Amino acid sequence: MSLLVEAQGLALPGRLGVTSITLQAGALTCLIGPNGSGKTSLLHALAGIGRPAGQVRIGGTDPAAASPQQRQRLLTYLPAAREVAWPLDARSLIGLGIPEPEYLPRVMEALDLAAFEDRRMDRLSTGERSRVLIARALAPRPPLLLLDEPAANLDPLWQLRLMAFLKTEAHANGQAALVAVHDLDLAGAYADRLLIMARGRIVADGDPEELLAGDVVPRVFGIERAEGRWRPVA
Amino acid sequence: MSMRSVMLLSLLLGGAFLLSLLVPMWPILGLLSQDRELGIGVLTQLRLPRALLALAYGAMLGASGAAIQALFANPLASPDLTGTTSGAALGAVLTAYIFGFSAPLALSLGAVAGALGALVLLLLLAGARAETGTLLLAGLAISALAGALTTLALALAPSPFAFYDAYEWLMGSLVDRSLGQAAFAGIPALVSIALLLRLTRALDSLTLGEEVAQSFGHDIGRLRRWVVCLSALGVGACVAICGAIGFIGLVAPIFARRLTGGHPGRAVLPASLLGASLLLLADSAVRAAPLGRTLPIGVLTALLGAPFFLWLVAHMRWRLR
Repeated sequence: MSLLVEAQGLALPGRLGVTSITLQAGALTCLIGPNGSGKTSLLHALAGIGRPAGQVRIGGTDPAAASPQQRQRLLTYLPAAREVAWPLDARSLIGLGIPEPEYLPRVMEALDLAAFEDRRMDRLSTGERSRVLIARALAPRPPLLLLDEPAANLDPLWQLRLMAFLKTEAHANGQAALVAVHDLDLAGAYADRLLIMARGRIVADGDPEELLAGDVVPRVFGIERAEGRWRPVA
Repeated sequence: MSMRSVMLLSLLLGGAFLLSLLVPMWPILGLLSQDRELGIGVLTQLRLPRALLALAYGAMLGASGAAIQALFANPLASPDLTGTTSGAALGAVLTAYIFGFSAPLALSLGAVAGALGALVLLLLLAGARAETGTLLLAGLAISALAGALTTLALALAPSPFAFYDAYEWLMGSLVDRSLGQAAFAGIPALVSIALLLRLTRALDSLTLGEEVAQSFGHDIGRLRRWVVCLSALGVGACVAICGAIGFIGLVAPIFARRLTGGHPGRAVLPASLLGASLLLLADSAVRAAPLGRTLPIGVLTALLGAPFFLWLVAHMRWRLR
């Protein structure tokens, strides 16, 4: 796997202080951490949202210097909020980025949007709306995917389907996917690499299985695995 | 928006423009047959500036309404409901007391400053992506303040003539304007519309929220400043020449979005074409109405627009249930 994303000195006062992070092409990296640990801030910093300090290079290109069209071909960002400002129909909404015509049908099929692609967003359930917004984010097939809790609002089957699809596509397309999740088991089951954040910093980086079995999770989250279930540290 | 829709809107606009030149038809046809030179003079000196002003003002209100609605992510935002028009009117009335109503440059600058002040105040009061209630309250407060100050200015008019001039102008009218005045309103309006059209992609991306729009590489702060300044420039320049004309900026974008599949940014062009057509048709209607005297066009647009606004509020309430 080749190096795709390099970032240094990402900082937002009081929220983020990541000195260095690299992401490999063709890998699904999951980002976990307690509420307020800086996951969204890190995704924002990499996506160039809110003018954070630091430098980002995607395949050698500085996204801050790229035009909006070039930038949409470099990265995509899915926010945690699943609201849209105008009630467009699902298909029109997906077309708001620069979807790759050859790839779009695959995304639509994987997320099973055919049944409601003509319906307006305000007439969809939260889970359906989530799937449309995920499709919008994936449709341009850029090298860097930054997804903030894509599995939230999805039922258990769709959570598994989505994570499997993200992993397959990252591998097949050579994309670097950085995905914030709250479900540790979901992260453990699908991630190629795991990043754990606390107080705005990356405190652990490595193999998901090893990290989830180690002492970082109890220290950072205050939970531990016992008899196959997570529970608060005694 | 499909090519067919653009063609249809352009045809509607062309028809409305011709109608505005010809209505009422019999007097002008009679004049042309009796005294061709005088007839052409009436057409070019009286009716053409009026039609051009209606075209520019309507197009500006439509484009500005669409851009402001996209920016605030709110279908109830428009130049008049956000206080832009009242701010411009206040700026123009205050300037008129110093320089008179026959100083179009000073009047335009005063109106643009007033509109800009109102929009900046709105952003400060309601925030960048205001909820409907907050936006309407802030717009109402600004309109009320600007209206009260305008009334105060009227009460302190230096002479009854100044009072009457200001009062008549405030009702909104396209009557007896020259080609020079049409240029004073039209050129800033067309420049503003052309520049607003360059922002359509960024405005569309706001549908996905500010964060996604920023990740696309759009500078939202700069976008906001452009929309505010261009709306103030175009609407202010038109208000300076024709007074305040309401509701076109609310109605045109709502219908325009039906042609763009709901995309708010792409609605700027059709809203502009529709706004121009609506104002031209309204102006033809006030001239054709058998009332014995010409109704101020601002009164007609308010009479038609207010019930539409009430319907819109009821419709939104029903949808939110």
